[in-house]
Amino acid sequence: MRRTVELRDHQRELYVFQFRLTVAAIVVGVVFLVLFVRLFYLQVIQHDYYQLLAEQNRVNIVPVVPHRGVILDRNGVTLATNYAAYTLEITPSEVSDVDALIEQISELVEVTPKDLRRFRKMLDEEPDFSSIPIRTRLNDAEVAHFAVNRYRIPGAQINARLFRHYPNAEMASHVVGYIGRLSETDYKGLERQGRAFNYTKSDYIGKVGLEQFYEQELRGVTGYEHVETDANGHSIRTLRSILPVSGNNLLLAMDVRLQQIAEEAFGDYRGSLVAIEPETGGVLAFVSRPGFDSNLFVEGIDPAQWAAMNNSPDHPLNNRALQGVYPPGSTFKPFMALAGLELGKRTANYSISDPGYFMLGGRGHVFRDWKAGGHGIVDMHKAIVESCDTYFYELAQDLGIDMIHDFIAQFGLGERTGIDIAGEVSGLLPSREWKEQRFNQRWFVGDTISVGIGQGYNLVTPLQLASATAILANGGQVFRPHLVRHIQNAQTNELKTVEPFPVAQVPLQPRHLDLVREAMVDVTRPGGTAAWAGSGAKYAFAGKTGTAQVIGLKGQKYDEEAIDERHRDHALFIGFAPAEAPKIALAVLVENGGHGSSTAAPIARKVIDYYLLGVEPKPLAPRAAVVESEGD
Amino acid sequence: MINRILAYLGRHLDRQLMILVSILLVMGLLILFSASGGSVERVAAQAGNIGVALAIMWLAANIPLHHLASVALPLYIVGLVLLVAVELVGLEVNGAQRWLDLGFARVQPSELMKIAVPMMLAWYFDRYEAVLRFSNFIVATILVVIPVLLIASQPDLGTSLLVAVAGFYVLFLAGLSMRLLIGTGVVGIAALPFLWSAMHDYQRQRVMTLLDPMQDPLGAGYHTIQSTIAMGSGGVLGKGWLNGTQSHLEFLPERSTDFIFAVFGEEFGLLGNLVLILLFMLVIGRGLIIAANAPTLFARLLAGGVSLTFFTYVFVNMGMVGGLLPVVGVPLPLISYGGTSLVTLLFGIGLLMSIRTHRRLVPT
Repeated sequence: MRRTVELRDHQRELYVFQFRLTVAAIVVGVVFLVLFVRLFYLQVIQHDYYQLLAEQNRVNIVPVVPHRGVILDRNGVTLATNYAAYTLEITPSEVSDVDALIEQISELVEVTPKDLRRFRKMLDEEPDFSSIPIRTRLNDAEVAHFAVNRYRIPGAQINARLFRHYPNAEMASHVVGYIGRLSETDYKGLERQGRAFNYTKSDYIGKVGLEQFYEQELRGVTGYEHVETDANGHSIRTLRSILPVSGNNLLLAMDVRLQQIAEEAFGDYRGSLVAIEPETGGVLAFVSRPGFDSNLFVEGIDPAQWAAMNNSPDHPLNNRALQGVYPPGSTFKPFMALAGLELGKRTANYSISDPGYFMLGGRGHVFRDWKAGGHGIVDMHKAIVESCDTYFYELAQDLGIDMIHDFIAQFGLGERTGIDIAGEVSGLLPSREWKEQRFNQRWFVGDTISVGIGQGYNLVTPLQLASATAILANGGQVFRPHLVRHIQNAQTNELKTVEPFPVAQVPLQPRHLDLVREAMVDVTRPGGTAAWAGSGAKYAFAGKTGTAQVIGLKGQKYDEEAIDERHRDHALFIGFAPAEAPKIALAVLVENGGHGSSTAAPIARKVIDYYLLGVEPKPLAPRAAVVESEGD
Repeated sequence: MINRILAYLGRHLDRQLMILVSILLVMGLLILFSASGGSVERVAAQAGNIGVALAIMWLAANIPLHHLASVALPLYIVGLVLLVAVELVGLEVNGAQRWLDLGFARVQPSELMKIAVPMMLAWYFDRYEAVLRFSNFIVATILVVIPVLLIASQPDLGTSLLVAVAGFYVLFLAGLSMRLLIGTGVVGIAALPFLWSAMHDYQRQRVMTLLDPMQDPLGAGYHTIQSTIAMGSGGVLGKGWLNGTQSHLEFLPERSTDFIFAVFGEEFGLLGNLVLILLFMLVIGRGLIIAANAPTLFARLLAGGVSLTFFTYVFVNMGMVGGLLPVVGVPLPLISYGGTSLVTLLFGIGLLMSIRTHRRLVPT
């Protein structure tokens, strides 16, 4: 009995076992099926995605920054170049405590408070930079010292970089401008233009001047290296490299020595000088004083220095030649004279008797001449030579504002010249329409009278004035002034010529031109307003002085000594030489320089002496020794 | 003559298992060569391990069944003693006490328990073959829980789970009440929300990372992310032997041990994986057939338990590498580098062979 029970149990147990084994086998099958489905999903359906991830794991794309084009003057003198040096950089995203890290670093290499301020500023402005320099231009000893201790300082690394260098520092800084770290705004701008691919976020970009305007030429094309990297970030090998294409070089029309002489001629005065080659429109010198050291900006300027420059009453960062607007004063008169001749309102022989003032109509509104008692009998020649206001008041009345505006506009005053740096302002050549739009007021005849001597609403930039003078000098050819003469391909050395760029022709009769030019030559000769500055010139030096009022002194006698230096008039001078075949035309503005003859004209003289004769400047005879016949 | 010696030596070896195991071992050496970056020393060392493990397999295969049954209890007791010894005087490696230094070799007693526990249970159930009561299952459960807790306290969660699972398989095959099984499962699932609310934040975080490795891509999730990348980038045909970038550029951690399957999948693709899975299924299938035809309850339970434990190794490892399961330290049987697990696994295979070949010699 017991035995049968045992047997039955035994069979039942065997049945249970085999049933459960079958269940287990099915589970095994199902589980492997699930596993296979998962692998199918990974290896077939998601294959592309994972392949991409594997590639990203493996291949590091390292940008290779191209060699930025250099900037050279017309004689090959370097204005902007590159040099290789080491920087010590911190990658903030890899560092938990930046302050502690800087503390550690400063034990190894010197970190000045200036370095620190610059670093903080960059960190605040662009916290997502890949790396920010804490020290630049490390010497070999510092590099070695850091390298030995590197393992203790994760998150900091030494990089060899190309640095921009401006060997002439402040000279021509307003022309050359500077480059700086790419800002978020810069980057967004590049994205809009579809050029962001050529930059990395820690790149440099031209910010001001030629560096900015010719960014696309200077930049070149970023190269890339596809580097196979292991999990520790060690480079195994370069899989593929696309070489960078060096940026193109800029060859300027500028003569650096001429620029230097011009800048030094200003002494402590603020102001601007633009010299143009009349035959081409090439800019020979482009001065805005004071300037700044472009090198300060390359690695991010120290905030203290920045504040000092920004708040300085001298406004060194303002590009006066491009953005400063001033009334042209009497430098306007030669253009007025041409208007009178060309439009048939005046002849060479037409004369007036100057009582020292001009009375408008019968209403008794009086416009004074700068010379009390007047110039006597005045024809056009004398009106220019002595800068007679009365003559031009009357001429302005005869021409009317419409004629004046339309004629002078041909010389580009009150309009952007289109020079190859950004930021130019248009100034103002007043017109009936302008006044109505601006002030909702009709034009009065009285407005016209002051416009006739370059005052009133007139506002020009030194660049416009120089360009207009060049047009006068070359007989009416309008060129777009340009700083860059040639763009040199860095690979082939091939030159792409930018000049000349004739835009238009002002119809001028030669005899009219001759008349005005002869009068302008006599301006710098005895009896002229710039006789002192022109004394002993070995070429025909055509010029015109001018004065721009800083504050209106109604009815009061202007006393130069009695008023604050910054409220003194601005001195102006335009000129070209040699008058018969001009090689150089220029405009000079000296802020608060008083009369054009005393400060502006001598600067022009030095520049032209050097340019035409190669004469290095020496101090002119002291002013007191010269009998002045001041104009305006 | 030689043939006769070979025939004599191989008379207790199951031919089919032998062929399958040999193929897997050779594949393992090949992929190890690639995973170790072409290290001949590594491959030679593993070949040495294989030699030792095959010898142990041969020994196990030649032990008659009734001797095996009598070894079960002593083996289990020795295992327990060693586990306690580990607890007291074990070597600490990587923050866990798993190793025991015996002077001539370092052993991991927990590894022994993977075989000793199913063997012990099989022997225990075999003794009460005729009348399996509920109390027998209680005793059997306690026999499983003691070593599992000891191993878990080392701490070695992976191995303790594997031992628990091995014990469970024997309980299941011995006829553990289905109602109890399902009931326990339901209660367990129902308890999860309460367990969750009772946990600390950091514990929850750990569980979350376990479930979603992407939450911690450089920490706990790193292994899974890199292994799925390796697997996925392999595609259908793979990148070719020695051409896996994930492994050769060292993105893949533990590529010659626990994550060797990722190297395999990267270099041989889905097709290679299919072959590998089929080979493992054949091994497990052969084991289950041996179990089904085994002469005694002890042999049936042991064969079934060993086969299913082998399956668990394969599945847990592949699931972990494939991103289906959390990362636990389980090697891929016969493929991963390492001597201890190889010895245990081939010892198990040897047991299967013994059960298969001693069938007719033992009277029931």
